[in-house]
Amino acid sequence: MSKKIATREAYGEVLVKLGRENPDVVVLDADLAKSTKTYDFSKHFPERFFNMGIAEQNMMGTAAGLAAAGKIPFCSTFAVFATGRAYEQIRNSIAYSGLNVKIAATHAGITVGEDGGSHQSVEDIGLMRGIPGMTVLAPADAASTDSLVRAASAMKGPVYIRLGRSGVPAVYEAGVELVPGRASVLREGIDATIIATGIMVAAALEASDLLAGEGLRVGVIDMFSIKPLDKDAVVAAAQNTGAIVTAEEHSIIGGLGSAVAEVLAENYPAPMKRLGIPDVFGESGTPAQLLEKCSLTPPCLAGAVKEVMAWKKAHSES
Amino acid sequence: MDTAVLDHLRERAKTLRRHIISMLGEAGSGHPGGSLSAADIVAALYFEVLKLDPERPDWPDRDRFVLSKGHAAPVLYAALAERGFFPAEELATLRKLGSRLQGHPDMKKLPGVEMSTGSLGQGLSAANGMALAARVDGRDYRVYALLGDGEIQEGQIWEAAMAAAHYRLDKLIAFLDHNGLQIDGPIREIMSPEPVADKWRAFGWDVQVIDGHDIRQILRAIEDARQVTGRPSMIIAETVKGKGVSFMENQVGWHGNAPKAEEVARALAELA
Repeated sequence: MSKKIATREAYGEVLVKLGRENPDVVVLDADLAKSTKTYDFSKHFPERFFNMGIAEQNMMGTAAGLAAAGKIPFCSTFAVFATGRAYEQIRNSIAYSGLNVKIAATHAGITVGEDGGSHQSVEDIGLMRGIPGMTVLAPADAASTDSLVRAASAMKGPVYIRLGRSGVPAVYEAGVELVPGRASVLREGIDATIIATGIMVAAALEASDLLAGEGLRVGVIDMFSIKPLDKDAVVAAAQNTGAIVTAEEHSIIGGLGSAVAEVLAENYPAPMKRLGIPDVFGESGTPAQLLEKCSLTPPCLAGAVKEVMAWKKAHSES
Repeated sequence: MDTAVLDHLRERAKTLRRHIISMLGEAGSGHPGGSLSAADIVAALYFEVLKLDPERPDWPDRDRFVLSKGHAAPVLYAALAERGFFPAEELATLRKLGSRLQGHPDMKKLPGVEMSTGSLGQGLSAANGMALAARVDGRDYRVYALLGDGEIQEGQIWEAAMAAAHYRLDKLIAFLDHNGLQIDGPIREIMSPEPVADKWRAFGWDVQVIDGHDIRQILRAIEDARQVTGRPSMIIAETVKGKGVSFMENQVGWHGNAPKAEEVARALAELA
């Protein structure tokens, strides 16, 4: 198995490449450059890097001004501060103004680990998804981070990119090209489909492997683009497999699970279960312990798939 | 200073004030007090200072003006219309469904609006960003911002104040419309930001204090601010809320209430 790489590491690398390719790319950080990995960019392009200190609201507003003057600002800090502390600056100065700012937030979710619940964003996708015009992307691994950060930089308008602290296994080959709004069907299924995002994609593939050992064919979709959501892929999965499990390292309220449920309820109601953080804050612990506690491990995903399949069966017999 | 220029700008300020009254009367809601207090500053900027081209609102080298106190939108709209960014007849659509003249400025809709503002405390950060962009791009435009004195109760203003000094944004010139009143009452009673001049100085800004209704002082302060190097400039403009309309002056009640038809007539008579 290849080396695990955190999506924030991949972000730091692609940012330097983008800096070389496009002189309009500028980067802002709020005193976390070494953690968010914007540090490399700051060393290569000091005149295009602005450390804004521990002042996230001003960072977002400054990025809005830079974008209004034609720059392509990437703003980075931890997800909890980016989307929580500076929510209204993102809403009004950036999104309402339709400005071309990319918010690349790291340390999303509970795999922040030991720092504890104050630093673990469980609601960031929900906050960003509700903002009109905001694109919300959550890459699963290093290669998809490279692709999606590039895609974000190439498109006009505000984008939220959700990145993680901890290393994750490779899901894609280097050089993969992902398109916001179009899901990536990693595995076709017959019995059920797991729709996952971010670091849960690798876990979903493992769960699918576990179930394959029991003779089940479980599809896996990487829904890296939470907004716009690939509705066709969701509906097709429900039509083809009749049972859906969503998996995200985020609250079950407002994130991927909610987005998928909205599509199914209006288009093709099907048995589904949302796996995620069950409407609680995080806490200190190792990432592995916290994932275990939230039932976000491959065996838990496999268990949820069977639950939904049983429900599907009960439905078809009733 | 050329008296003809001063007279011309005073007339322009009066025109802006007339537009403010008429458009708010037509709209039936909005913010006359803080629009009137800023009219002389805005007139000086739009009809003498700012390097703009209404034919090319996105001209990269233009000067920028950010109305951080976005509720004073009427004074900005009046100036943009008089400067030729859109027909003055459109001022009558203020706050109406489908209008480009939203209750607070919307840069997506109206040419000439440099930043969508209205949620207080956010404009100065954006102005900083524009000044940083000028530096990155090697352009020599200037960025002007207008802040309210109630608005500076927002913490983000002081984050931005710190950052502007830290990055030595000497192409940034901000005004504080120091009219002393906010919605709920006098700023000194609600949440005093005083002493404002000392605070901005302590944050590393060049600070001037002027009479914000004296065009000559406004122009001179801008000229002096343009000579400052290595730090941003704050021009604290001592103003009167509701300035120019006797029954609105220094009245808290005219922060966010539109004049009725009879009041519009009286105000316009005073501004004739």
